[in-house]
Formats: sequence, structure tokens, C-alpha cells
Amino acid sequence: MAATSPDLAAPRSPYARKKVTRTNYELYSWMFMRASGVVLIVLIFAHLWVNLVAGEGVNAINFGFVAGKWASPFWQVWDLLMLWLAMFHGTNGVRTIINDYAERDGTRLVLKLFLYLAFTVVVVLGTLVIFTFDPCPTDAPADLLASFCTA
Amino acid sequence: MPSAPAGTLYRGREGMWSWVAHRVTGVLIFFFLLVHVLDTALVRVSPEAYNAVIGTYQTPIMGLGEIGLVAAIVFHAFNGVRIILVDFWSKGPRYQRTMLWVVVGLFVVTMAGFLPRQLMHIFGGN
Repeated sequence: MAATSPDLAAPRSPYARKKVTRTNYELYSWMFMRASGVVLIVLIFAHLWVNLVAGEGVNAINFGFVAGKWASPFWQVWDLLMLWLAMFHGTNGVRTIINDYAERDGTRLVLKLFLYLAFTVVVVLGTLVIFTFDPCPTDAPADLLASFCTA
Repeated sequence: MPSAPAGTLYRGREGMWSWVAHRVTGVLIFFFLLVHVLDTALVRVSPEAYNAVIGTYQTPIMGLGEIGLVAAIVFHAFNGVRIILVDFWSKGPRYQRTMLWVVVGLFVVTMAGFLPRQLMHIFGGN
């Protein structure tokens, strides 16, 4: 007896993955968290070493200490990169947490509006401070300034 | 969005608790970051204003707070590397539990290095 295959009807339609989103936004956000995280480890560990561990640690920090760092473009760029990456990384993390726990549409909207407002204020303010900083303000008492201001 | 899902997806143990700790430390660090940019922005007001506020960071109570901050950052950083390895290393998921104990070990070593240094700065007068 010859083997015959049963005559099956063709499936109604071939399998197709249903596209539920327009963009790959969440994929890029997921990738960004990992990429920025690696860079932030280097930036922040060095920041903690210089400001909390080396020398007199936190006790050494004052206006002159900050002026000494930001007199150099190296620390300006370092701190700018740290500000931007940390704010994007942190804001994106809190956005994820809001999406996870705030179930009502209105609650999510309000919380995220506050989040994005805080992001904008802090990033704009921080960036302006780094680039408009004057390490030797002329109207300040000399003993509060870095030594290179009077030299 | 469904409210009150039946049962729970939370499985407990190392996997869930490291995820919880990652979220908690992340939120703590984020709120400190907001405050930290604002306090640093005082350098644009005047040297006196900045020194007055940064002086409060040099008190014993804030010094202990800095230990908490560094602990949160160190855990978040090391566990973040573990998450990246779970995601991208082919054997990552299999070793996620082992890697958490490596994270905890490195955390203890790092904090054992930082703690005496910070306590010396806070209470040792230098």
C-alpha cells in the first residue's frame, strides 16, 4: 500500500508578528541604560575618588576647590558628561518605575510631567553653571578664592 | 491596564531581591543627584553661599549620609555590570545567582576600603 499524505487544507493566513508599537524607542532606551551605565561607572568612581577619598576628602571641598577643578577644561568636560549621562540615565530609570507602578493614566502623566520638568531644570542649570562659572569673582574676599586668583 | 493581577510574578530569592535593591538604590541616587546639582549651582551665587551649604556636607551626620550614598552607588554600579552580563554574556543567565554573590563580595571589599577613610575624614579632624 503506497503511503499517501493526508490532504490538509492550507492555513488561513501565514503567521505574522503583530506590530504593536510604531518605533523601537524602548529598545534604544534599554540599550542606552547599559551603554551609559558603563561610562557612568568610570566617571562617577573617579569623581568620588577625587572628592571624597583623596587628600582630605569631603573636608577639602569649598569654593576654591571647585574653582581649581573647573579652571581646567578636562574637569569641565568630565562634569558635563557626568551631568548629562547621569540625568538621562536616572530620568529614564524613574520613567520606567512610574510606568510600572502608576496604573492610572492621569497619575502617570502628572508624575512624568514633574520628572521631565526636573530633568530640564537641572540639566539646563547645571550646564550653564559649568560654562559661566567665574573661578575668581572680583567682588569676593580673597581668602575664599583659589590661590591662583591672587598669584 | 489590569489592576490586582491574580497571583504574583515575583519569585523571591536572589534574582528578585537584587532587582528590588537596584530600583531602590537607583531612585535614592537620582534624588541625591537633583539636590547635588542645585547645591553645586551655588558657586554661581557667591563663594560664601557655596561654602555655607557645602559646610553642612562636612558635618558628622552628613558624613554618615555620604557612606549611605557611596554604598548605594557601589551596589548599583556592580549590580549594573551583572545585569549587562546577564543580558549579553551567553552564560550570564545561568550564573546570575553566582554573580550576585560576586557583586556582594566586591561591594564588601570596596566599602571596607572606603569606610575607614571616610570615618577618618569625619571624626579624625583631617
